[in-house]
Amino acid sequence: MKTYKVLDHTADIGIEVWGRTKKELFGNAAEAMFDLIVDLTGINNVNEKVVTIRGSDAEDLLVNFLREALYLFNGKKWIIKQCKCSEMKSGQIVAQLQGESYNAQKHQLKTEIKAVTYHGLSIEKKAQGWKAKVIFDV
Amino acid sequence: MSEIKLERIDDNRWLLPQTGKMKVPGIIYANEKIYQLLKGDESAKQVANVAHLPGIVNYSLAMPDVHWGYGFPIGGVAAFDLESGIVSPGGVGYDINCGCRLIATNLSFADVKDRISDLTTALYQHIPSGVGSTGSVKLSGKDEKKVLEEGAKWAVKAGFGLQEDLEATEDGGAMTGADPEQVSARALERGKQQLGTLGSGNHFLEIEVVQEIFDQTAAQAFGLRKGQIAVMIHSGSRGLGYQICDDYLALMVKHIQETKIELPDRQLACTYLNTTRAQNYLAAMACGANYAWANRQLLMHRTRKIFEKTLRMAPRELGMRLVYDVCHNIAKIENFKIEGKMKKLCVHRKGATRAFPAGHEALPARYKSVGQPVLIPGDMGSGSYVLVGQEKAMEETFGSACHGAGRVMSRTQATKVSQGRSISRELADLGVLVMASSKGTLREEMPEAYKNVQDVVQVMHDSGIAKKVARLKALACIKG
Repeated sequence: MKTYKVLDHTADIGIEVWGRTKKELFGNAAEAMFDLIVDLTGINNVNEKVVTIRGSDAEDLLVNFLREALYLFNGKKWIIKQCKCSEMKSGQIVAQLQGESYNAQKHQLKTEIKAVTYHGLSIEKKAQGWKAKVIFDV
Repeated sequence: MSEIKLERIDDNRWLLPQTGKMKVPGIIYANEKIYQLLKGDESAKQVANVAHLPGIVNYSLAMPDVHWGYGFPIGGVAAFDLESGIVSPGGVGYDINCGCRLIATNLSFADVKDRISDLTTALYQHIPSGVGSTGSVKLSGKDEKKVLEEGAKWAVKAGFGLQEDLEATEDGGAMTGADPEQVSARALERGKQQLGTLGSGNHFLEIEVVQEIFDQTAAQAFGLRKGQIAVMIHSGSRGLGYQICDDYLALMVKHIQETKIELPDRQLACTYLNTTRAQNYLAAMACGANYAWANRQLLMHRTRKIFEKTLRMAPRELGMRLVYDVCHNIAKIENFKIEGKMKKLCVHRKGATRAFPAGHEALPARYKSVGQPVLIPGDMGSGSYVLVGQEKAMEETFGSACHGAGRVMSRTQATKVSQGRSISRELADLGVLVMASSKGTLREEMPEAYKNVQDVVQVMHDSGIAKKVARLKALACIKG
């Protein structure tokens, strides 16, 4: 099932992402970001990393979490295929990330995401779950 | 833009009245055609948002290439008082000192018309571009710090260019006050891998031909003539710059409550200029700016070598000379006359070009009598303009002009519109050979996705901010 859609933004790329729970929302947001960066069909869950992230509120936490996930790619050349948040309490999440190292011969990159922005950022509780909007600088 | 009412000042300017908690009004440079395009996006609201920031002087400004960005609009210019004002990393942007450089040659169109394909292929093969590309210059930690401190000066010392290149670069290619100690380990790590890379998205390298001269005196001073071959490079500070911006944005968001600054958009997070945090950001930003200048210097050096090898010509014959290098995303401390007195201000240019007039002390000797070259690339099909800064820019826009055509279509829209079409074929029909590492980028960057650069430039010309000097047409374009 598609868990996100791309939003129209003149200069950059935005996503609207959904999750049944807030934890799932965060996981889906990270997966959506990587779906924009790379063709995920060629990526396997080879190894796992665990990250603990803090933020001043839910929105800040989401930006900080996606920031860290993006750094794993931009700085460490590691691609996230799957993301599961195991713990979420006030201002902190713990997430298990699965994926593999980027290999220029094997993997097809799609978009260079420069950064995760706070602009137009929102997280909302809906009847069926949670919805967030994030804009990336590309 | 529904809730924002703009009032026409004259044919090329619109006033955004001061309302609510705005500290100053806004002014948007636009003619009727561009004004109509503004209605479709959020940029006017962003101009209003910037006007909320403390210590903003005179107006929150937008150039005619204005479009919806994040935080500041792209095409935004705002100046802040050094005592009561702020600096905002988001107001500079992630790609610190993203900018353009124009290289003139001794070649005429007739000399290379049959070699364009060879040149483009060689450039495409030897200039790293595209998502995730890494540079061919291996930097040690010690060298990287020198790059951050000395910018293009480092590159020239290391053998990647000529002393005269530095004179034709804004700030001599090295911004003062750069302190690598203020740059995070993450940013340094990313910077090590990417020096000498073009990048992706709207970054490019183009072979162009001068098609029209509007101002003979200025063109002569800039060394431009009709029929001449030139190269335009558009690139920035790569991952190092993005990381510096992101690190300081995170820091400023974290401490925003201490500053008691009310923000209409968190992306505008900032801090007062008279604090250590602001000074640290400016020292790190200068490192990002210097990295970008070193990067463009390296890209130019490689371009020179490729031209020499492909055309089997000596450097002197080719005469590849830097016309100018300008930055688009930067915050600078500059002097302006405010209420009759000279005052130092921190000018944010977010997708805007410095456009200093004749006589300005920052200009190299050879341009002092005409003014600063202002380089305005258009979309892939249209080519570029060279303008020259005017006195009016000092009076109205804190010495700034537009930086490009400005997007009008979102990337998703462009991808949709271009479905089933071959953009490279369409460009070939316009006489532009395109090589891109990603077809997706080509779709997103299709000519229709941008405003007509001619309209944008005309607004600057007619409002007297910067005058048209020359128009160049693209012959070949390398895209990331």
